[in-house]
Amino acid sequence: MTDREMKLKSVYLRKSLLKYIYKAKAGHTGGSLSCTDILNVLYNRVLNVDPKNFKNPDRDRYIQSKGHCVEALFVTLANRGFFPESDLETLCQYQSHYIGHPTKKVNGVEQNTGALGHGLPICVGEAIAAKLDNKTHRVFTLLGDGELPEGSNWEAFLSAYHYKLDNLYAILDYNKQQITGSNEEVMNTGSVRDKLETFGWSVKEVDGHDLKELEAALNNGPFETGKPNFIVAHTVKGKGVSYMEGNIKWHHGVPSQEEYELAQSELTEAEAEI
Amino acid sequence: MKKYIDQGKNDTRSGYGAGMTELGRTNPNVVALCADLVGSLKIQTFIDENPERFFQVGIAEANMMGIAAGLTIGGKIPFTGTFANFSTGRVYDQIRQSIAYSDKNVKICASHAGLTLGEDGATHQILEDIGLMKMLPGMTVINPCDYNQTKAATIAIAEHHGPVYLRFGRPKVANFTPVDQKFEIGKALMLNEGTDVTIVATGHLVWEALIAAETLENQGISAEVINIHTIKPLDDEAILKSVKKTGCIVTAEEHNYLGGLGESVARVLSTQHPTPQEFVATNDTFGESGTPEQLMEKYGLNNKAIVEAVLSVLKRK
Ligand SMILES: Cc1ncc(C[n+]2csc(CCOP(=O)(O)OP(=O)(O)O)c2C)c(N)n1
Ligand SMILES: [Mg+2]
Repeated sequence: MTDREMKLKSVYLRKSLLKYIYKAKAGHTGGSLSCTDILNVLYNRVLNVDPKNFKNPDRDRYIQSKGHCVEALFVTLANRGFFPESDLETLCQYQSHYIGHPTKKVNGVEQNTGALGHGLPICVGEAIAAKLDNKTHRVFTLLGDGELPEGSNWEAFLSAYHYKLDNLYAILDYNKQQITGSNEEVMNTGSVRDKLETFGWSVKEVDGHDLKELEAALNNGPFETGKPNFIVAHTVKGKGVSYMEGNIKWHHGVPSQEEYELAQSELTEAEAEI
Repeated sequence: MKKYIDQGKNDTRSGYGAGMTELGRTNPNVVALCADLVGSLKIQTFIDENPERFFQVGIAEANMMGIAAGLTIGGKIPFTGTFANFSTGRVYDQIRQSIAYSDKNVKICASHAGLTLGEDGATHQILEDIGLMKMLPGMTVINPCDYNQTKAATIAIAEHHGPVYLRFGRPKVANFTPVDQKFEIGKALMLNEGTDVTIVATGHLVWEALIAAETLENQGISAEVINIHTIKPLDDEAILKSVKKTGCIVTAEEHNYLGGLGESVARVLSTQHPTPQEFVATNDTFGESGTPEQLMEKYGLNNKAIVEAVLSVLKRK
């Protein structure tokens, strides 16, 4: 796939996730738009996963710790061929497998998540298991910045350092916002980079909407032998739709028909410029 | 049958918010904590009026419980707020050691309990929280039925010394209890006197029990309906008195039958007055996405399910 096609795919994924959120009248819009580019790069440039043989024991692992942004994950998986995209017509509806948080009932989903602060400890376990079996696959997780204060993350940061898990990649979707406000207002984490470095991780900062930068960071690990990898991906919540960008109303907001049409037309314009 | 009027659908979590607003104005020792869910817990007015008595702890529920325990030392009355699963399961050890065992005056206030939060699905739909909380020595467990009662319960628990678990929900439901009804912890409320069967219900199932009683009346069955807002301490007397008259009982709750109200009732009955009982509760399962109505129908937690349970328990009399 060319770089241009990758860019077009990001726009497509954004349009598509908005479509299903609009249809379901439910979903985590802002956070899904902020991690769309990260998921696009992961599934189309980084992860060694096969939709036809997902259970291959040598696959790279991806666990989405910020499970509420399931819409971004589902459209990316569908687009990669894990299931027909039309399945998402039933998103969040009664008796659908495509519920409001990741579930293993969906092909391609590694782990049930949704309660924050669970993804990283599981990844530590997976990374240890890979080392035990001398496997070379990598383990990735995506954390929210609001999620970061969960104590379980800091316990896992310590153990990943302790066990020298350089096959582990934690990506922070650093949109600087959560539900009630900015990270700074809700719980100020200060410099994430300094904290992670102090915890013994190797840290890289990237523009989380720059596909080339993301790919370069995610495919060129370990950053330092024997250290777990932390990628601070600077993002914008609601990225791609002007009136959603940086507005916390869109954390769990569902667009009206008018808003939906405006969003789609903005994305169509962005597409034309690529 | 006694008629109850819905004064207008409202969510029980807004009852909590209204109770907090009042406490903010009347009790200077009340402080509120929240783990990034201010909007969901409806406490913005409390925060606006008492910014110095509100503590946002971020998405760090275990820490919130510890901080709340610490705040009690010296007389503050902390009210913690997050979803029910993160208020209980996630922080069970903090509650057990630092709050219950240490007898700390913390009010654990939990929204989005049960199936009725809807679309977010199983991760958020805790159906085990009543059990987790009632097993803790010294813990009071309250599950009010509507907006007015949740507001009254919020105000009442500030006056009670000791840890309390206050459970409420997300959907807008019938608001039918009197605006000025005083909330007495541990005192069951008789809603309708009857002679053939006792229905004891808690939370969102109380309104459903009233609808069921009406359906039953049309079939010539007289159902006594009791609102058990306090699951612990349980009003044993009220339950025993009723079943001695009716001879059978149905319990109804938005919770797993394991560990819920039904089991507490069964313990009282089996030791003091063995009585045929049916459970309206979930059957040891996790939830899923759907509208509250679809889920309550599928998992058998509505007035229809109560009527069916009554018909089957009557046969065992
Ligand atoms: C343990 C836990 N506490 C609370 C929630 C409710 N919740 C869902 S999303 C969210 C905010 C997440 O913010 P952030 O991690 O920054 O995500 P993003 O901005 O990427 O959407 C909260 C509080 C949850 N899912 N899990
Ligand atoms: Mg964020």
